Amino acid sequence: MTLTAAPGAPAAPAGVRPAALRRRRTVGLALCALAVLLAVVASLAFGTRVVGWSDVVAGVFAPDTSDIAQAAVRSRVARTVLGLLVGAALGVGGAVLQGLTRNPLADPALLGISSGASLAVVLGIMLLGLSTLSQYVWLAFAGAAISSVLVYAIASLGREGATPLKLALAGAATTAALGSAVSMVLLSRTDVLDTFRFWQVGSLGRASFPEIAQVLPFLVVGTVLALGCARGMDAIALGDDVAVGLGRRVGAVRAVGGAAAVLLCGTAVAAAGPIGFVGLVVPHLARTFTGPSHRWLLPSSAALGAALLLAADVVGRVVARPQEIEVGIVTAVLGAPVFIAIIRRRKVAEL
Amino acid sequence: MTAVLPPATTVPTGATVARGRRARLRRRRVVLLVLAVAVVAVAGVALCVGERSYPPSEVLRVLLGEQVPGASFNVGVLRTPRVLTGVLVGIAFGMGGVVFQTMLRNPLASPDIIGVSAGSSAAAVVAITMFGLSGTTLSAVAVVAGLVVAAAIYALSWRSGVQGARLVLIGIAVGAMLDSVIAYALTRAGVYDASEALRWLTGSLNSAFWPGVAPLAGALAVLVPTLLVLARRLPALQLGDDAAAGLGVRPDRSRLALLLVAVAVIAVATAATGPIAFVAFLSGPIAHRLVRGTGPLLVPAALVGALLVLVADLVGQHLLVHRFPVGVVTGVLGAPYLLWLLARTNRSGGSL
Repeated sequence: MTLTAAPGAPAAPAGVRPAALRRRRTVGLALCALAVLLAVVASLAFGTRVVGWSDVVAGVFAPDTSDIAQAAVRSRVARTVLGLLVGAALGVGGAVLQGLTRNPLADPALLGISSGASLAVVLGIMLLGLSTLSQYVWLAFAGAAISSVLVYAIASLGREGATPLKLALAGAATTAALGSAVSMVLLSRTDVLDTFRFWQVGSLGRASFPEIAQVLPFLVVGTVLALGCARGMDAIALGDDVAVGLGRRVGAVRAVGGAAAVLLCGTAVAAAGPIGFVGLVVPHLARTFTGPSHRWLLPSSAALGAALLLAADVVGRVVARPQEIEVGIVTAVLGAPVFIAIIRRRKVAEL
Repeated sequence: MTAVLPPATTVPTGATVARGRRARLRRRRVVLLVLAVAVVAVAGVALCVGERSYPPSEVLRVLLGEQVPGASFNVGVLRTPRVLTGVLVGIAFGMGGVVFQTMLRNPLASPDIIGVSAGSSAAAVVAITMFGLSGTTLSAVAVVAGLVVAAAIYALSWRSGVQGARLVLIGIAVGAMLDSVIAYALTRAGVYDASEALRWLTGSLNSAFWPGVAPLAGALAVLVPTLLVLARRLPALQLGDDAAAGLGVRPDRSRLALLLVAVAVIAVATAATGPIAFVAFLSGPIAHRLVRGTGPLLVPAALVGALLVLVADLVGQHLLVHRFPVGVVTGVLGAPYLLWLLARTNRSGGSL
């Protein structure tokens, strides 16, 4: 099973001929694309308000704003676009994190990246009186970058480098540390608490096109950087020494890939709040049909991530009518069991 | 420094070994005595100082049961249960934490980090915000939920035996899941309930009054001695499963018993005050530095825990611009220490 192979384990899955592998990858990618399409349709069609199919079509292409059903569909468009972007960013970001750290458990939320963003946002609300999403974006972004570097630096101290256990513990500990600073602020300022508690839960419900336009450049740059070092990450998967022997500049690949991961994850957190487990689960799923090659893994992760996040969002909208459950909660509740399954499948010695 | 000497050429004689042992024992006794005195002293200060301060003599008279106008209410009704609760939960968190850390052989594997406390917190927050529970029912729910979550973590990490690393990772995953439940409950609550729940999440002594002290003390009077007895197996477990089995300690059974009692201790304390941040995590390593590996850490860690809670509560009540609950103070004090410890253990690979 490729699922149990270390991320980017050498070469193709054993016993698969190149032609068969190519076919499997193509079919897999096509299925992912189909899944995205279905998720988009579902995301436009289903929601807190039940609408007919004719309203869905009309709402997307020629909205009649006086019709409430069509207006509801219209409002789902921005949400769907944001879901696609954030899901793809989390998928690619997770795959890059896992590839660079050679760590099957790397995920932006578990590694404390989101908590850095949270602290930055809280401080921004309190000290600078910020209140709109476009203002949070930058802060969340800076916070995410700082805390991800901090967590990785702490975990990679010591002889064996950043092992999965050390990374997970460093992430959890940093989250706890930053969390207590956040609650110190929140307890003394009820007004800040009232603004923050809604941001703290990852959600697509606040999407709007101006904000999407604002985060889009970051996502594009991050994706390009990530794709640019795909081959380098394939080499790193063989071990740093081998990668150097193959003529890769390991330091450069790590730096560029790390920048890509922070850009992607930080922007996703900034745009939608902390959403856990998507970045963790998606690359593992994608690897089952792409094998370890990052040139296939990254696009597949993007497509799968987008599809999964949208699907989770639709689930959250439908299960608790007339209210909705934020997507960050749905992914955590569905994703944690997958994480546990991954841990249970591996021998602890490998961790 | 012995480390820079060339490999020892002389074998220490029996007399040297005995002298060393006596010196270590003396050091341990001194440290324990100093800690105990410090706890009593800080408790005394906490009783005397407040919005209205009283001289020690009046406080003593109140404690001896005399009626002193003013002081009887302020000290006897308000401050004494607060201090007692602080001491008790400090002991509980310190002991429970150090058992986890020693057993899992990782100072970071304390209950507040690997999701054990999160069970109680999540249950309490849901109970407050969605069902409007309070008082004894709330405490009971928190205790039961803490035990259930810990059992679930243990069961999930079971795969022909439980390994420490797997337990830690699964605990982190379960903790992350529970955190999102908490976040969800917070968004569904009115802002007053939300801040009430948040206070509960950080840990606070503000709701410590006489009716709550007796159940807490009763539960701990049973659990703490049990934990002390069970903890005799810890040194063997620390050597690894195979060595422990060779020494006549059944690793899985002992670990389960220890975990169960330690979780119960933590859950009872959490139900009384909320999970006071980082006390369970900090007490063990601090106690270790103080007694320098001269014996079991449970009692020193318990004293350190009590001291931490009392001092942090004093600071939070009187020394800051706002009145902060004790958990915020320990959290903010603990965070830098946590990061430092993280960096240090990773570099040296030490166990505590």
